[in-house]
Amino acid sequence: MIVIENAKVLLATGIEETTVVVDGDIVASIGPVVTHNGARVIDAAGAWLGPGLVDLHVHLREPGQTWKEDLDTGAAAAAAGGFTALVAMPNTQPPTDTGARAAAARERAAEIDTVDVVTAGALTRGRAGAEMAELHAMYEAGTRVFTDDGDAVPGAGLLRQIMIELAGLPGAVVAEHAEERELTAAGHLNEGAMSALHGVAGLPSAAEDVIVARDLVLAADTGARLHIQHVSTAGAVALIRQARLSGLTVTAEVTPHHLMLDESALSELDPNLKMYPPLRTSSDRAAVSEALGEGIIDAVATDHAPHALAEKDVPFEEAPRGVIGLETAAALVCSALGDDQRKFFERLSMAPARIGGLDRHGVPPQPGSPANLVIFDPGRRWVPRSFASKAANSPFLGKEMVGKVLATIHDGRITYEDGL
Amino acid sequence: MNGLTTLHGMPLGEIEALLDAGQRYAEFVQSGEAIRPVLAGRTVTTLFYEPSTRTRLSFEKAARSLGADVMTFVPESSSSVKGESFRDTVLTLAAMGSDALVLRHSLVDAAQLAARWSGLPVVNAGTGRREHPTQTLVDALTIRQHFGGLAGLRMAIVGDIANSRVARGHLSTFPRLGMELTLVGPPSLLPPANPWNVPILTELDAVVGEVDIVYLLRVQRERGAAAGSSESTYTRRYGMTAERLPLLKPSSVVMHPGPINRGVEIDDAVADGDRSLILRQVSNGVPVRMAVLDLAIGKSE
Repeated sequence: MIVIENAKVLLATGIEETTVVVDGDIVASIGPVVTHNGARVIDAAGAWLGPGLVDLHVHLREPGQTWKEDLDTGAAAAAAGGFTALVAMPNTQPPTDTGARAAAARERAAEIDTVDVVTAGALTRGRAGAEMAELHAMYEAGTRVFTDDGDAVPGAGLLRQIMIELAGLPGAVVAEHAEERELTAAGHLNEGAMSALHGVAGLPSAAEDVIVARDLVLAADTGARLHIQHVSTAGAVALIRQARLSGLTVTAEVTPHHLMLDESALSELDPNLKMYPPLRTSSDRAAVSEALGEGIIDAVATDHAPHALAEKDVPFEEAPRGVIGLETAAALVCSALGDDQRKFFERLSMAPARIGGLDRHGVPPQPGSPANLVIFDPGRRWVPRSFASKAANSPFLGKEMVGKVLATIHDGRITYEDGL
Repeated sequence: MNGLTTLHGMPLGEIEALLDAGQRYAEFVQSGEAIRPVLAGRTVTTLFYEPSTRTRLSFEKAARSLGADVMTFVPESSSSVKGESFRDTVLTLAAMGSDALVLRHSLVDAAQLAARWSGLPVVNAGTGRREHPTQTLVDALTIRQHFGGLAGLRMAIVGDIANSRVARGHLSTFPRLGMELTLVGPPSLLPPANPWNVPILTELDAVVGEVDIVYLLRVQRERGAAAGSSESTYTRRYGMTAERLPLLKPSSVVMHPGPINRGVEIDDAVADGDRSLILRQVSNGVPVRMAVLDLAIGKSE
């Protein structure tokens, strides 16, 4: 039994300073209790308590690239970051593109008891963009999020067929990495002032916008549930906003790094600032930040992309794309949303749990609800000096953060604690 | 000064010191006086991942003139050089006893990485499309010799700006030395943005009569299609032709980093005429590189 006292608790009815009692894998009661009967008592004065965080977008590198990360280290990073559920991208080696591979991924994930890991399925066979993956077989194995993340489906014809298939499967989501490769093939950073300055080919924001526009049209046409991954441009925000206004059910995510950084950080070409989509302009950053505040962008997802130290210690143009994000997300999102507890949990827990179909997550604590919880101190200052992840390719390594996860509780067990 | 990986952000005093030393070496070379072997007993290794006979030879001659031993590394394959093997090559050359590296590479940050990996002074002989510091110094010295200084002069850089390391290098240094730059080229060969806040034009005739220096870039013929025009159209719009020469101010000059494409971006009459500083640029190549090797390597002990 865990008794958490004095926290500001996000309840379904609002925010209240009260006591939450966890017993077994559920929340047993809300409100003052007299006797603790030897329970673990946590004084969380000043901290927020709410549903455990949910990340719709992580790369756990297993199977195939476990020198970068594996499920165990990824789960440790998740717990340290306040997460209780992850959606793992299917761009493993081999990619998750068949029913058998989806079932195998599910079996392996069941061995992890500190965080719930669900694996997304690829949209196309081998993520090659040429033919449909085993969508139905993966769906039967429990897959709900489908994506070729790392690439968009290149052809509108194939994507339309995929959308028609998935529109018939309740809860299935087409998640797209919006990047028109014909416009980005040689690019390494945002096309703009910094690509001009360095003379390095850029990725124009138009490359993201044209795919978002195409996908919105096809989603409306087919009735498929569309989710746009890591939105980074003002243009994509405008397109999503317009589609929402016209009644389309489309969801979107943004990463913490696109909320906190823009291309001006690239006056020196640091491989730990190389990711796709790239850091955009300050006005793009303002647009995605505003959209997250409004809810036009529903969720924050980290796009946690671990790489080994030596893999990133290479020329910028040869560096692999991606940065890690699980352990710094909560602090960065808290800063980006301006200390708004309700929005913090909505964007980092409730919305992603809804989008990913994760019923046991994103539920504000109430008697009988699953004990997947996080205690977060929005005022605590700390500096990430090392990570539970195998990787350290973070632009925030050594930078002061405001807001710290104090404890993560998964299925009633404390999976991480620090500074309580 | 420990190596010369970039001119970007270098204190103006150090740039001036390099130009002053370049001037002294130019005078030494001219007069045939004996030059102090400041690099005696030291090994300078040239490492060129892109073909550039002229720059490499002028570095090697400069190093030998200062008494250095020279090693020349020729990468087996310049097109598919990956980060790992580049790093290994740099470490190998350091372990073989190089005291300094002179590096040309297609990757933008190769010089900084080579310096960090090897711990050796590295002289940038052209990296990515970002910079070519010794060309910028050669051109600065050439301009200084001709005009007596750089401040207040106006230069138009003409041609394939998007792909030019020389243009980008000039853009980050010449304005700091008081010059005003204008970029001229076909729209598809201009950079995608203007972080330098300089005028960007698509017609040479709009500015040719106003600038002190017309700086022509080599037309890279394989990119002709990207320019959206045939060579003859390019020459008509952006070439320094004999017909365009009278439009220049009487005091204005024409420069080119070489090698030149006669009849494309420049006519014979211009290249070989009295308004051309092209040969002067070439002859400043060795003394400026002597100055760089002297100041950036010779005194690092």
